[in-house]
Amino acid sequence: MKNDDPQFVSVLAMSDSGPAPEAAIVRDLIKRGVFVAPVLIGAPAFIWGANGAWSAAYGLAIVLGNFAVAAWMVSYTAKISYALMMGATLFGYIVRLAVIAAAVYLVRNEAWVELVPLCLTIVIAHVGLLFWELRYVSLSLAFPGLKPKQTSQQDQVSPQSINN
Amino acid sequence: MEALTRIAHVSARVAAELTPAELKANSAAQMAGLAYGLAAIGPGIGIGMIFGKAIEAMARQPESAGMVRTTMFLGVAFTEALALIGFVAFILLKFA
Repeated sequence: MKNDDPQFVSVLAMSDSGPAPEAAIVRDLIKRGVFVAPVLIGAPAFIWGANGAWSAAYGLAIVLGNFAVAAWMVSYTAKISYALMMGATLFGYIVRLAVIAAAVYLVRNEAWVELVPLCLTIVIAHVGLLFWELRYVSLSLAFPGLKPKQTSQQDQVSPQSINN
Repeated sequence: MEALTRIAHVSARVAAELTPAELKANSAAQMAGLAYGLAAIGPGIGIGMIFGKAIEAMARQPESAGMVRTTMFLGVAFTEALALIGFVAFILLKFA
């Protein structure tokens, strides 16, 4: 796109030097993923045995790794330029999908792999964790007053200080 | 047109040489691959649209870039889930 105005700066050439929100989202997602891991691994273990547990754990690791790589790509490239961020998001989608496909395809014949729990864990963990995260993000976007505030210890009022 | 006719003849000859079980497996593999390819097209378009709108929003209001990126990231991840579902369907149809 050509513009004769010397002040013109394409938005694609801009970059974002602020804090990366993706890192915070992924930290939350990974924390919650670890929190629900016993359920996600335990249920397949109950149905498919040890192989089901290993497969579910592998699927969960794929999902959390995929989130982490996606967030790292976006936050790293946003500091350089939005154009690069666009490239990283669009091509990163293809590359990450290919890596996930390869990660499943390469282990499909291993003795410890059960394909059904592996695939179900990938879908359920991916969608479930996103819905869990979306619940908090949407709440704080729609109602900023609900966003938890940072409180220092000095600001906190203890019952003893009230009595005194 | 001639090339298509030749492909159809070759396909018919190959199909005639295959046993019914092989033909069924062959068709299943082709359909599973086609389903995965189709399942990846929609999310690709969706991610492009999400990113385009996010860039537009950041250009209009650079101060809201953090909020836009948050929703963009979640939107992209949700859209990606569709492709993952297509992939899972492919893997389960093909190998399970």
